Amino acid sequence: MPQTLYDKLMSAHVVREEATTALIYIDRQLIHEVTSPQAFEGLELAGRKPWRLAASIAVPDHNVPTTDRSSGVSGIEDPISKLQIETLDSNCEKFGINEIQMNDIRQGIVHVVGPEQGATLPGMSIVCGDSHTSTHGALGALAFGIGTSEVEHVLATGCLWQSKSKNLKIEVNGDLNKYVSAKDIALYIIGQIGTAGGTGFAIEFAGTSIQKLSVEGRMTLCNMAIEAGARVGMVAVDDKTLEYVKGRPMTPTGEQWDKAAEYWNTLHSDEGAYFDKVVNIDAQNIKPQVTWGTSPEMVIAVDGLVPDPTKEPDPVKAQSIKNALNYIHLEANTPINTVSIDKVFIGSCTNSRIEDLRAAADVAKGKHIADNIKLALVVPGSGLIKAQAEKEGLDKIFTEAGFEWREAGCSMCLAMNADKLEVGERCASTSNRNFEGRQGQGSFTHLVSPEIAAASAIAGHFAQP
Amino acid sequence: MEKFTTLVSIAAPLNRANIDTDAIIPKQFLKSIKRSGFGPNLFDEWRYLNAGEVGMDNSKRPINTDFVLNKAEYQGAKILITRENFGCGSSREHAPWALEDYGFKAIIAPSFADIFYNNCFKNGILPIVQNNDIMDELFLVNGDITIDLEVQTILANNKEYSFEVDAERKRRLMNGLDDIALTLQHSDEIKSFEKTYFKKYSWL
Repeated sequence: MPQTLYDKLMSAHVVREEATTALIYIDRQLIHEVTSPQAFEGLELAGRKPWRLAASIAVPDHNVPTTDRSSGVSGIEDPISKLQIETLDSNCEKFGINEIQMNDIRQGIVHVVGPEQGATLPGMSIVCGDSHTSTHGALGALAFGIGTSEVEHVLATGCLWQSKSKNLKIEVNGDLNKYVSAKDIALYIIGQIGTAGGTGFAIEFAGTSIQKLSVEGRMTLCNMAIEAGARVGMVAVDDKTLEYVKGRPMTPTGEQWDKAAEYWNTLHSDEGAYFDKVVNIDAQNIKPQVTWGTSPEMVIAVDGLVPDPTKEPDPVKAQSIKNALNYIHLEANTPINTVSIDKVFIGSCTNSRIEDLRAAADVAKGKHIADNIKLALVVPGSGLIKAQAEKEGLDKIFTEAGFEWREAGCSMCLAMNADKLEVGERCASTSNRNFEGRQGQGSFTHLVSPEIAAASAIAGHFAQP
Repeated sequence: MEKFTTLVSIAAPLNRANIDTDAIIPKQFLKSIKRSGFGPNLFDEWRYLNAGEVGMDNSKRPINTDFVLNKAEYQGAKILITRENFGCGSSREHAPWALEDYGFKAIIAPSFADIFYNNCFKNGILPIVQNNDIMDELFLVNGDITIDLEVQTILANNKEYSFEVDAERKRRLMNGLDDIALTLQHSDEIKSFEKTYFKKYSWL
């Protein structure tokens, strides 16, 4: 029987099947400082040891400062952030887990570091106590976010109980319009199907537009599958995937590469495989996107108008629009490209890879951020990306344009470190969530692509390059 | 984990759709390395009028008297009733930890986000799905609601509603079973799987 990519990946990992659930073997567990301390504590209290040390790799990312780190972890000002990173360091040491520490050049956002190091590979089952683990599905892997109890469960048993999701195929066909990137595809899809549109489903992104995306672009897209409610987002393996994976520090070589590549080439949905739901999208309809509200599905084109709740027939939805407009201090029917902004954030596991930085730098080159912009941050996804960008001179382009060039980490995406918005500040952000208070209490987040973020920084309001 | 069998309580009605885990427990409270103590910061930005930080004495903060959990009639509620897609967003288990620490043992909604739904069962919280029509009725209930997990029913205003729950999850919740200990009973199976698996996928 023809199988979907998701079915293939699931069945390769089944250790034991029960009526409605299966015990799934986990190839790779990514660990960071926020969702792991209680898991390690649980392990210790029960006197258990990690099942397979080689499965795990840890890196601090959520809390790390993006400014000067020369005095190391002990120099972190916030004592609670410091304690969380120290706890990760000591847990990894105690249990023997491979950790890339804060001042290692390979340090960065866990979902950037995994693929960059070849720690996440096609065909793998990958988990992390972070919902954006869906990112790794871009490599043709089965990757999803879990809670801390499950982090502990995977540490202790090497496995996880999973019930099977349904299959959803989202096909995007056609050439992309100018300045439309993977981020815009992701936001457009969420706008179409809603933040619960993918709940209970594993999404496979397919179609000619997806095939033409770079692997990094596919990561941006799969990263946001969870914003559509789907724990898993995937793209089939193709030549681009193999080319991306090849030669990375943890990627197999020689005979093992050949054997792996042969298997990886089978990681696509078979002709005629059954999908429970299919969504077709014409790439021509996608313009650069900007969110206007407090949920990623509250999104419009950059030349669009903020919606009017009085025109929404569904009372629950109309109330949601009202709540969002009330929170975010916008009037219905305002053209979004007239709304001025205070800060700009380019970074996060969604948009901090080298191609994202190149795209933003391309827009910012030779220009300067507007006078009303209080802060424009560029935070690379990893120390290695930072080094590569500096080699290409991107850091100079940004700093000459008035942007700040920072160290790698999650930064203002969720504002657990010092990078945050103040009450009432409005931000054009390349991150993934515009929930109330996400980037700082009482602050307003608008999700955009790196190109739109850079263009908006220059213009001082939402704008296209 | 505490066992869940029956629950009798008033229900706090939180009439909003798409409540995300950032709203349930804002990120500044995620820096704790403990599992407990999140209750006072549950729905922090809606519950209090000032910005919440770790280490504050929450009893001295100005409260938002309009917020449902601050109303006298809902004090001590162990059941939360709410709208679509509850618990969306971040996978933080701090969200069910905060709900549990506050005192909620069951949440009734038309739908839940997947990761949050999973996380509830790991923490002795029963998430119950009911359609929108029933939800509208439940939002109007005054007085106690009775949830019986054994027979899978909700009793409210002398009306009975049934609900679905996965049999294995129900068994674990009713007996307060430790997931890891149960899985480790299959250690030999996992080891034998590994033998075949790493032979086949030898590059891993």
